[in-house]
Amino acid sequence: MSAAPEGRRDAAAGPAADAALVAELEVERGGFRLEASLAVGADQVLAVLGPNGSGKSTLLGAIAGHVPVARGEIRVGGRLLGGSTTRDVPLPARRIGLLGQQPLLFPHLSALENVAFGPRAQGLGRREARTESAGWLERVGLAGFERRRPAELSGGQQQRVALARTLAARPAALLLDEPFAALDVEAAAGMRRLVREHRAALGIPMLLVTHDPLDALVLAGRAAILQAGRLVDEGPIARVLGHPRTPFIAALAGVDLVEGVALDPATVRAAGGLVLRSAERADLVTGAPASAVFAPAAVHVRAAGADASPGAAAAVGEAGANRWSGTVASLEPTAGGVRILTAEQPKVAVDVPTAAAVALDLEPGAVLAFRVDPADVSVRPLV
Amino acid sequence: MTRVEHAPRGVAVAGRFPGWLYVPAGLGAAVLLLPLLALLLRLDWAGVPAAITSPEAVQALGLSLATASWATLACVVLGVPLALVIARSSRGTAAALRTLVTLPLVLPPLVGGIALLSLLGRTGLLGEALAVWGIRIPFTTAAVVIAQVFVALPFLVISVEGALRTAGTRFEGVAAGLGAGRFTVFRRITLPLVAPGLLAGAVLCFARALGEFGATALFAGNAAGTTRTMPLAIYTAFNGAGVSEDTAIALSLMLIAVAIAVLVLMRGWRADAPR
Repeated sequence: MSAAPEGRRDAAAGPAADAALVAELEVERGGFRLEASLAVGADQVLAVLGPNGSGKSTLLGAIAGHVPVARGEIRVGGRLLGGSTTRDVPLPARRIGLLGQQPLLFPHLSALENVAFGPRAQGLGRREARTESAGWLERVGLAGFERRRPAELSGGQQQRVALARTLAARPAALLLDEPFAALDVEAAAGMRRLVREHRAALGIPMLLVTHDPLDALVLAGRAAILQAGRLVDEGPIARVLGHPRTPFIAALAGVDLVEGVALDPATVRAAGGLVLRSAERADLVTGAPASAVFAPAAVHVRAAGADASPGAAAAVGEAGANRWSGTVASLEPTAGGVRILTAEQPKVAVDVPTAAAVALDLEPGAVLAFRVDPADVSVRPLV
Repeated sequence: MTRVEHAPRGVAVAGRFPGWLYVPAGLGAAVLLLPLLALLLRLDWAGVPAAITSPEAVQALGLSLATASWATLACVVLGVPLALVIARSSRGTAAALRTLVTLPLVLPPLVGGIALLSLLGRTGLLGEALAVWGIRIPFTTAAVVIAQVFVALPFLVISVEGALRTAGTRFEGVAAGLGAGRFTVFRRITLPLVAPGLLAGAVLCFARALGEFGATALFAGNAAGTTRTMPLAIYTAFNGAGVSEDTAIALSLMLIAVAIAVLVLMRGWRADAPR
């Protein structure tokens, strides 16, 4: 797995110590409770992934100062912004850039005036603010659009102006709350490229809330998974998405996660009897809970022979490892093929190309034989 | 009045409606327009120039325009903050405040005049104290302005409050996040966002102040030159001994013309004016 170098850097940096953004906070809102503790380095991007209602936006709102914090503290660049021990720093003095799904450009101001708003509000003279803002518009690829009103810009252009406006205010940290979600594919790609380009030059910690693993892969070095108001995993992207800790992350990352018990340092036996062996050098403790992960497309499928019966392979051992048969529960179209969801425990997704799907007798209820190479399986202890 | 306040925009989009609705619609238009038409028909056009250029008429019009302008200014200065407070308070408080602000709209202006006298009259709640300082408000031009503010303020508050609710607080949050203090946010974001509503409210305010009669008559009286505004001049001409009704009609025409001019001007300024 390509996670190694990233993982080492992560271990060396460690959390909190000299991180530019440290948030340890609890938020109570109606019946909802958010508890999170995270640290982001000065030039790091931390992707926050999670299902709807998991508290992602609340987390960003609390750091930005829009949502009151019940307990804990927030530090950016060593400056204490808020928490239970001190009076919160008021919104205008926080210097936290927040860019959401909607650009929310001031409708009565031109693109340039929108960008210049932050510098002007912070006391910069009119002329300097305009010069600086024109520079920002140029950097987001919108030179020549200075005098346009927001209504005269496309959605993608508006979001780029919003990014320029956020950055022109010289934030000490940048929070991005699904900034690509409302854009069409092309505009989203453009925005992603922009954020990626500016990421390093800015030298400020960035938090990127998204439900798209692609955003995390392209932009972030680390990922945190938020579920029901709690951080369930945090680490280098490749590890978090590459070997998901929960079924939700597995679904998000588009991989199959099978949980069970270690038979030996590289083999996991699932509750249903399925045995998965990894070719990688693993160090599972025999008898301890462990999980195996593989990609749906890594599974080889053929029609089951006459001897095959639904369920796990009869013989557990060398011959039966990484082989099982299962009943098709449902079928979904994928790009260039078909996704098979099997009914038996463990439920897994298997992707087959269209050509192969045609050869198989694919319909719900069909029994198929599956096999996955040990080289395509990774195993990990369950924590 | 209600016609101008918030014209329903849904009508054209919603499309078809039962044809017989044209009957009450036509009757409604007739109720509004026929009296004005009758007024025009009764007019002795030959006497109009003399009637509207008479010193009394010019004086009354000047006083009306001046007092209505001051009243509108006062309504803007007091009404915008009041609207802001209502728009930003909790639901219960906002509902209570809104009811209070709307009260002058549904009260007969005469009652407003009596109420103002009770407050600022010679023996009134505040009037007595003011009298000690030598300040006497009733039956002065200031009283005319106060009476007009009393009846016109609700229009401005309702209009601006609606605009504030529509604008929401999201832009203000963004502005604060960019480093703008409260006053900067108010001046550069909140006010420009509600500008169309503010303009519409101010125009309605002005029109209402221009037509104010009842509260003015009671609280400010009918002294030529200081408190005799156009409506009072019309009333005087209509009831006055020896003055012909034609003068009253000519003056009414003048007031109608000014009101129409104001409304048309507003339409011209507002790009998003209801059609």
